[in-house]
Amino acid sequence: MENLSTLTIGEVKQGLKEKKFSAVELARAAMQFAEAENPKTNAYLSFSPELAEEAAKQVDAKLAHGEDPGLLGGVPIAVKDVLSTKGVKTTCASRLLENYVPAYDATAVERLKASGALIVGKANCDEFAMGSSNENSAFGPVRNPVALDRVPGGSSGGSAAVVAQGTAVASLGSDTGGSIRQPASFCGVVGVTPTYGRVSRYGLVAFASSLDHVGPFARNVSDAALVLEAIAGRDELDATSAFAPVDDYQAEMRKPVAGMKIGIPKEYFDGLEAETGDKIYAGLEVLKKLGCEVKEVSLPHTAYAISCYYIICTAEASSNLARYDGVRYTARAEAAGLNEMYSRTRGEFFGMECKRRIMLGTYVLSHGYYDAFYLKAQKVRTLIAGDFSNALADVDALIAPVSPFPAFKIGEKMADPMQMYLSDIYTITGDLAGIPCMSVPCGKTAAGLPVGMQIFSGHFKESTMFRLAYAFEQAGGVA
Amino acid sequence: MQFSKEEVRKVAKLANLDLTEAEVERMAHDMGEVLTHMEQLSSLDTSAVEPMTQVLFAAPATASLREDAVREKTLLGTEDALRNSALSGAGHFKVPRVIER
Repeated sequence: MENLSTLTIGEVKQGLKEKKFSAVELARAAMQFAEAENPKTNAYLSFSPELAEEAAKQVDAKLAHGEDPGLLGGVPIAVKDVLSTKGVKTTCASRLLENYVPAYDATAVERLKASGALIVGKANCDEFAMGSSNENSAFGPVRNPVALDRVPGGSSGGSAAVVAQGTAVASLGSDTGGSIRQPASFCGVVGVTPTYGRVSRYGLVAFASSLDHVGPFARNVSDAALVLEAIAGRDELDATSAFAPVDDYQAEMRKPVAGMKIGIPKEYFDGLEAETGDKIYAGLEVLKKLGCEVKEVSLPHTAYAISCYYIICTAEASSNLARYDGVRYTARAEAAGLNEMYSRTRGEFFGMECKRRIMLGTYVLSHGYYDAFYLKAQKVRTLIAGDFSNALADVDALIAPVSPFPAFKIGEKMADPMQMYLSDIYTITGDLAGIPCMSVPCGKTAAGLPVGMQIFSGHFKESTMFRLAYAFEQAGGVA
Repeated sequence: MQFSKEEVRKVAKLANLDLTEAEVERMAHDMGEVLTHMEQLSSLDTSAVEPMTQVLFAAPATASLREDAVREKTLLGTEDALRNSALSGAGHFKVPRVIER
């Protein structure tokens, strides 16, 4: 068997084709490896050996008949535990859903299965995807495989960690304010947040519906693009799902980048740790050498993004989380009356960050405050989205840091929620504008902590973003 | 912006959320801090700006509408619908008594 911890999708396909191993052998080895390694990081909340084995048998049968096993045929993949998996527990890292077993698959999961992927297990995350460090999981934090005393980022910390640790070849996460890109940058892997509507949200447990995105993590750009290709495209079960055709990313990303125009948003380089900034500038030099033109641009409303985001996301969260009332979703606290039962259930089973967001969201939507907070934030969102369309009218893509600093120590920022919210400054804007964005590894700090370079492109122009990321990676990136 | 414990209790009631006394105290502090930051938005003139009510939908407004017909794929039978309930019986969700006789 190949070295499981560094396996790429291309190597899986080649290995199967050359009969170095069968899909069932790979499934069993991958499962055994993942279960043995998991105690180090707590990145998986549960494993699904039956799913992986069954899928592997089908891949082997197809290969034996000379049939195409699918875009992800035989590839071990992890799924964030906020994506519904039929017959497999989907806890959202919450005590409230500790025993919840969905009766259907999320569309993204269904498409993974249809493309031959082996679903290894469910990845840990912040409770209901609310957090920037994965410390809000009711089932314990995830440790960063690169530095075990540090956070992997959040909320898709488990999904990033399994790819970095090598216990899955790729994974799915969700991104509402940076929850794919920030953990990808902290763990040194590729993470992609596609255009809003590019991947169906059907079966993704809702946090903030106008901001929620499903996207992939992988060890390289090509693998991430391949997973996105497998899950992207119109789905009639999500009314906001886009009709735009899905590009041939594998062909598009191999086009040369010479002559492409890159914008550097000047507001994204204030308040940045020096080492992180140095790496991003070094990354820009690599792209300049490849023939890209680089110029400074401005996204003037950036300073308002945190306020805008935390008003809209908490408002939508308070509304989406209203369904957890002790009736339909497993957990219930006993009480004599109905209203008392609702309040007790929610008080007993939600963690502190969920409670904080329900409270903030309820407040900003409440009578007398709606105009000053929620409506105002929706208007500011228009301005922030406008900043991006103005900038992207002049350049093909924007490049910025993902996070102001690399992975921080576990416990370091838990005492002050506002400090934690402020760490999302460079990622929330992409979600507010609904544009595609990604994190690509861009060297390490002196202490060995990964830095991620963020690329933004226009709506449905994932190809543009992949082209730059692929060229950057092929050129060797930044040491 | 100060956020009082009384205000916390009022919002918690609206949200159907029981909070312990320690949580009420913590929440008053945290909400005060976060809402103070959020108040910065009032310094921005948005009188000529439309709210963003739809993120992105590059298709006719009615493109996602469909025939009002049963969609087999998303049909959830009684058994599946009740499987995750806290308490069920006789094909129904059971809740504490609502009306006293």
